[in-house]
Parts: sequence; C-alpha cells; structure tokens
Amino acid sequence: MAEATTTSSQLSSAVIAEEKRLRSTRYGLLAPGILTIFIIGIMPLSIVLVYSFLKPGDFGGVTWELSFKAYVQLLFEEDIFDETLSFTTDYLEIFWRSVGLGLATTIACLLVGFPTAYFIATQPPARRNAWLFLITIPFWTNLLIRTYAMLLILRDQGMINLSLIKIGAIDRALPLLYTDFAVSLGLVYAYLPFMVLPIFASLEKLDFRLVEAGYDLYATRFKVLKRIIIPLAKPGIAAGCILVLIPSLGAYITPALLGGGKKLMIGNLIELQFGQARNWPFGSAIALVLMVLVMLSLLIYLRSGARKGASAHG
Amino acid sequence: MSDQTAKAAIDVRNTSKIYGRDREHGVVALDQVSLTIEDNEFFTLLGPSGCGKTTLLRLIAGFEQPTHGEILLFGEHLEGLPPYKRPVNTVFQHYALFPHMTVAENISFGLEMLEKPAAEIKPVVDEVLGLVQMEQLADRKTDQLSGGQQQRVALARALAPRPKVLLLDEPLSALDFKLRKEMQVELKRLQNETGITFIFVTHDQEEALAMSDRVAVMRDGLILQVGNPSEIYDRPAKRFVADFIGDINILRGSVVSSQGDKARVRLDTGYEGDAGLPTGSDDLGDAVSVAIRPEQLSFVDDAVEADLSGSIQHISYFGSGFDYEVLIPGGETVTLQLQNRGAGQHDYAIGDEVHIAIGANSMQILSD
Repeated sequence: MAEATTTSSQLSSAVIAEEKRLRSTRYGLLAPGILTIFIIGIMPLSIVLVYSFLKPGDFGGVTWELSFKAYVQLLFEEDIFDETLSFTTDYLEIFWRSVGLGLATTIACLLVGFPTAYFIATQPPARRNAWLFLITIPFWTNLLIRTYAMLLILRDQGMINLSLIKIGAIDRALPLLYTDFAVSLGLVYAYLPFMVLPIFASLEKLDFRLVEAGYDLYATRFKVLKRIIIPLAKPGIAAGCILVLIPSLGAYITPALLGGGKKLMIGNLIELQFGQARNWPFGSAIALVLMVLVMLSLLIYLRSGARKGASAHG
Repeated sequence: MSDQTAKAAIDVRNTSKIYGRDREHGVVALDQVSLTIEDNEFFTLLGPSGCGKTTLLRLIAGFEQPTHGEILLFGEHLEGLPPYKRPVNTVFQHYALFPHMTVAENISFGLEMLEKPAAEIKPVVDEVLGLVQMEQLADRKTDQLSGGQQQRVALARALAPRPKVLLLDEPLSALDFKLRKEMQVELKRLQNETGITFIFVTHDQEEALAMSDRVAVMRDGLILQVGNPSEIYDRPAKRFVADFIGDINILRGSVVSSQGDKARVRLDTGYEGDAGLPTGSDDLGDAVSVAIRPEQLSFVDDAVEADLSGSIQHISYFGSGFDYEVLIPGGETVTLQLQNRGAGQHDYAIGDEVHIAIGANSMQILSD
C-alpha cells in the first residue's frame, strides 16, 4: 500500500515535470507568432495611441507634451484669438458621410455579391474554380490603376457618357464623376470580392438537399431563399459585410480620385492631418475614434446575434 | 378510363426518364414504367442501386420531370406542377433536417408554408410529435439529436402537413441494425394510424418484405414484378427477382406438361414434381430454371423418400440456423437451411451422404 502511494506520487511529480517541459516548448514554438502580432499589430497601434495624446510638432511629427486637444478638436473649434471653444459639426459630418457611403457600398456589394456567390456555388465543382479565378483577377492589378480605369469609364468623355450620347439617350454628358455615386461605385468595384468569397464559402458548404426539402414542404423559391438559404449563409454574409464596411469607411484612394477631393472622407481627412495640416496627433485621434466606433458596432452586432441564438436554444 | 383509376393514389403511366440527349446517347433511368399504387397502401420499390427506384420517387415528388409519360395523383395530372404545389411529402435518405431550426420549427415549417394560422399549427405539431414519441425534444436543435431521433423528426416533419402520399427514400439505411428493426415496426404503425399512402424505397429485401402491402421489384429502369411480399418471395416470376430476394437454389429442369399457372417439371437429377409457372411465360421452351428456397428442403433418413441425394460440402452456422451446401449428381450444389433447435439436433458433418426431400408446392419455374 505504502509502496503504491510512493509510486503514484512519483508518477504525479513526473507528470508535472513533463507538463512544465511541454509548456515551455509550446511557448517556444508560439514565439514567432506572438512576435509577429506584437510587431505588426500591437506596436504601430500603440504608437498611434500615444501620438494622439501629444501636441503636434511645427513641421510634422510630435512634441512630447501630454494634451487632449486632438480629441477636443473633433467636436469643438478653437477661436484663433481668444482660444474659446465652440461646438462644430464639421468633422461629425465627415464621419457621417463616410459611414453613409460605407453602408451604401456594403449594401450594394451584398446585393451584387450574394447572387454571384450563389451562382458560383451552384456550378459544377470543376467550373467553380474558374469563376472564382475571374472574380479575383482584378485583385492582381494595383488599386490605383483600377481606380483610374473607373475614372476613364465615368468621366464626361468616358465610355458611359459617349455611348449614351451616341445612341441619343442624352444630349449632354451626365455628371457621373466626382459624385458620391462615383465613390460608391468605385468602392463596390474594389471590395466586391471581399463580399463574394466569404458568402461563397458558406454557400459551398450548404447542403442543397435542404433546399429540396424546402420545396417539398411547400416553400416557394422566395421562401426557400428567405427561410433556408439566407439563414444558413448568415456567417458568410456577416463576414462579407464586415470585410467590405471596414475598408470602405477608411478608404482613401477611391474617394480622392473619384470624389474629386471635393468632399472629405475620413480616410482623406486622416491623410490631410499627416500631410498638409501637419497635425499628427489629430490624425491619430481620428483613426482611433474610427477604430473604436467600428469595434463598438461589431460588438453590438455580435451581442445581438448571441442573444438571438440563445433564445432560439430556449 | 379516369373513373377506374381515380381512386388510385398514384398512377404512373408509361413513364420514362432519360438523362442526356436521347435513348442512344443518354442514360435510361426509367424505361416505360406503368404502375398503380392504391390509396392507403404501404408500397415498396425494391431494387439494387441504379435500378431507377429513387428516380421514380423523385418524379412523383416533382424534383425531376419525366421524359415521356404521365403521373397522376388521385386522378389529377402532376405534369408541370413544382414540388411545392404537390400534396406529397418526402422523408429524405439523410433526413435533410433544417439545422438552424428546432425540432418543433422543423415540423411546423411545412404548415407555415401552407399559410395555416398559428393556432392551427401548434396542435398539429404536438400531435405528430406525440405520434413519433418526440414530445420532450421539441425545443432541441436537430444537430443535438441521435440518428434515430433525427429519423423520427424527419418523419414527423413530412407527416405534419398531412400529405396525400408520403415518399420515403431509403430512410432507414443510415440506422444500425437494431434501430432499423424498431423503425420498421414504427413505420408500419404510423402508416396504419395515419391512413396515408406510403411509398417506400429500399434496396433491403428484408425491409421490403417485413413492412409492405405490395412490393415492386425493379432493375435497370424496369419493374420486373409487382405483388404482395408472399407472392414476391414464394412465386418469383424472374430469375433476378428470385435471386435478389432471399437465398435461392436454382436447378436445371424441363417442363413435362403445363396447365394454367402449374406445370409438371422434371429436374435434371431425375426428380419429377409440380411447380408454379409465372403468368405470361408460354414460350419458356423445354429447358427451364427451377427455383427452390433453402428452407423448403429437408433431410430425410430413408433413401426411398428422398427427392435428391448428395454429399455435404460445407456447413455455415448463423445463430438461428444452419446452411448446408450439398453437392448433388450432375455437379450442381443445393443449399438447405435448417432452424437451430438446440445443441446436438443436427449432427451432420462435411462429407456425409444425405438424402433430401423437396417440400410440396415449393418449386417455381423462372423466366429470364
């Protein structure tokens, strides 16, 4: 009996030693990943965070003095002479416009991307890859070049206007370029694959026998789409919307070129602060506020989804 | 014509299904099949995979359209009606339960799609849940259920809208042996209680015999024989039917004389006896195949009573009985099956010379 206890305690100490060894190996193996996340994720973000609480340097950069002015500046305008603060909606408007354009872009991407993804997912497997290839091909070209191409299509002497004039549908060129529509179109074009690919991934996993079961149970095509296909493709739809909305909110090249720089978007505003305005702390503050807003809305979305799931489970 | 057939639950008329361009270049899944299934019948389509049984089921459900021919449901043409307009429901092979819905939501789906008021749906859902004994699991998600439970939900879901005909596409094939046996009894009970016509597709002959009122045996897109289980088992018309359903001995023989559905045959071993003759097989010729089920043969001690004699080649024991393979003169082997009646009852050994009696009325002439 005593012998048995010794062996078991020896055994447990051996187990503990083994676990220790395994743990250190595990951290050793994880080190490259952790390091990467730190260098490319946490460090730049920390710099932005710190800079947003500093004062701008006279020729760009920062001076190392604690200041909340960057955040105050978002909502209040400082009088040049007596330094009193007055409320201003200038920057809120830019935020609002960006959110509106981002949402419009996301909805447009969803409306175009879902049928596209459905079409590809219902093709025979051999042909699916070819379609996916076609979807991703524009990605291989620089976004700037693609945006210029869009500019050529939309401008007054562009493809659309010239052909419409030629067939006599219009007399004078439609003002397509340098409008919100042009920006949104450019964003849809740039980010459509981000919508198609995740939706395709979840539709590809969809068991189409469920669709058949839906038809068998008296569901029309529309009802099958609404009650079976869309709920089951929801993870892909959510992922696609997030992947399109976030980069559209902070988009820079597309609004600058296709919007003509007439109306500022968040991306252009940030660029302006780091460029001409030489106000790095303000630029950092805008970037962080945008990030926090996106994170909050995602959190709210996830919470509501979780609650719905929990109530469905009873 | 429609008066006579109006009562049939399903009337399949000269229906073909060809995948591909035409008969020469495509695959003929169903070849000019005609079939009448009566109301309140448990009807089974039995055959090996690729025989066309599932195709026929999908034509009735509306997932496929026939290339030629027509299908009537209680006298009404189904042509051009999409599946969601046919008062027919299917229990799918892999159940196809909606994973994002609870058991109760799955079951109420069909009724909701028929736009029944909620007050009407609830009692029906409760009723069918009771019918398949799943009341306690109504709020579970379907992926939290065992295979047998999923099967019951699939049945309940298909029964809830009260279809005129219930189609079952090999619903038991994914269950283990014991559960399958239980569900066979259950299905038969459900069919009796609901009075709905069941069309059951299977490749399992035991399942077909155990449950069905009538069975259609299919091969290569053709229906070879339709009959009740005993007709199919005891009086197979074709060699394939005899072979596919249960074990069978097929011996060579010749017809001595025939009258109606009876014939006098002489086996090549010299034995002469009465045999059943399949209808519509006048031109069988003299040399015929004669089928005898292994359990219709028995050992006799006396050589005078023996219809066949031979030596035991092989013995297999399968719990409830024994199979003896006996080599008879002429080089043919017959299998004889005996029930296990306790240890030491049958002490035959390999190499023993034995005498065999053929049961009365047990021979059946087969056409190819």
